[in-house]
Amino acid sequence: MSQSAPTREVARRVFASEFNDAGYTFTESDDERAPVYALLPTGESSNRVFFVGTLTEKEDVGEDSEYWRGRIVDPTGTFFVYAGQYQPEAASKLRDLEPPAYVAVVGKPRTYETDDGTVRVSVRPESITEVDAATRDRWVAETARRTVERVAAFDDEGNEYARMAREEYDLDPETYKAAALSALEDLDESGDELAGDAGDEPDPAGTPEP
Amino acid sequence: MSELRQEAEAIAEQFSDHTDVDPDDVEERLTTLVDEYRVPLDEASRSVTNSYLEDAGMERDELGRGGSEEVLVNDIDEDEQWVDLRVELVDLWEPRSDSISQVGLLGDESGTIKFVAFETSDLPELTEGQAYELSNVVTDEYEGSYSVKLNRTTGITEIDEAIEVGDNADTVEGALVDIQSGSGLIKRCPEEDCTRVLQNGRCSEHGQVEGEFDLRIKGVLDDGETVTEVIFDREATEDLTGMTLEEAKDMAMDALDTTVVAEEMGEDVLGRYYRVTGPTFGRYVLVDEMEDPGTVDVESALIEARSI
Repeated sequence: MSQSAPTREVARRVFASEFNDAGYTFTESDDERAPVYALLPTGESSNRVFFVGTLTEKEDVGEDSEYWRGRIVDPTGTFFVYAGQYQPEAASKLRDLEPPAYVAVVGKPRTYETDDGTVRVSVRPESITEVDAATRDRWVAETARRTVERVAAFDDEGNEYARMAREEYDLDPETYKAAALSALEDLDESGDELAGDAGDEPDPAGTPEP
Repeated sequence: MSELRQEAEAIAEQFSDHTDVDPDDVEERLTTLVDEYRVPLDEASRSVTNSYLEDAGMERDELGRGGSEEVLVNDIDEDEQWVDLRVELVDLWEPRSDSISQVGLLGDESGTIKFVAFETSDLPELTEGQAYELSNVVTDEYEGSYSVKLNRTTGITEIDEAIEVGDNADTVEGALVDIQSGSGLIKRCPEEDCTRVLQNGRCSEHGQVEGEFDLRIKGVLDDGETVTEVIFDREATEDLTGMTLEEAKDMAMDALDTTVVAEEMGEDVLGRYYRVTGPTFGRYVLVDEMEDPGTVDVESALIEARSI
């Protein structure tokens, strides 16, 4: 919460394809209120994320009360965002927004296990706001950079989250670097074509329906 | 003069005491690396310098510094750098040790920094209020705070100029990821010299008072690595949100609720990128200047990402 500002968790920049692979969660103390972290496969802990993408669909999937699900697409895949009665502002925002729209989301990673045992990763939003294409482009560039930096540090001695990622996942961090660079390359090309007016069209969804 | 040419001349200058290096030749090598191979300039100049060192059979530390770089005191963020300063002596303190001849504060337009001069360096005494050009001073770091040390080789030139000493402003850039409680339309205590923000109409010092309306935003800028808390005062808030105090009051009046103001502001600013500059006060940066970083330069972002 805002009151615990001095130890506020940083919002990681991560593309959807990597985020959706971050199914392993952990805490760093036995305190029952200890923050829960999702382990990013590029070797970083993540208690909060910030991302910008295109809201392509929204649906009230609640039974007794409203529970909104939004699909938010970035150049690599789709973030799933769920907001219900405990996130009233985010829920009403999802209710009001008309897809397609660029949105910026600050939120917490959440995981759940389906009946067949696969782990799904979603976002519980703290805020959702409608933004412009320039903000989206800046996020893609920033997230590509952060991703490449994490991959570059993956083999550093003493990188404990990279060690953890090696133990918990069978995922090659280079694939996320490749995805990050290609997201940036696409942005570069669309920028050339549209003379700097990149991304007026929503991105095509990169991943199939889960 | 182009950036490459400047860098080339600086490199040639570094070698001037040892061997003859032609700036044109340096520039040509830099151009190849930067323009053809898309190497960042600092990496290119490092590589070119190294190749000259190798040709001359020299070690890097034999190289002259080619005149150290003039910096602003608030930009000093590395230990053991040789720098030049253009500063005014703001304050002299009592030395706590016999080995120290003078200790105090130097200031330029960016802010102030502690300096120490040692007896053994045998330097002329500096005078409070006087402006100087100091060459060859060395930076020092202690628990995250920086200072400079004068030394035997330090050049001291009095300059006849008034320097307006700054307030150590910092610039931070990031996405605005949170607006904290106590933002939007607030009420402050009207008692003299008390500007405390009221909680439920009460001042923690003066109790129940008739508060005065004000606007502010306590926000969090996050760049994915660090978070910085920033405060926009009324002027900065109006500038940021385009909402004036009067409009905010009307809005609150209509809704019979002041919290709608912060909510409305959140719609306009959360999730956007900002670059702000201002003095640091405790853990907050007080926003003096704010700018929208605008359209990202994708091409250079790509070059940078590929070079990591």
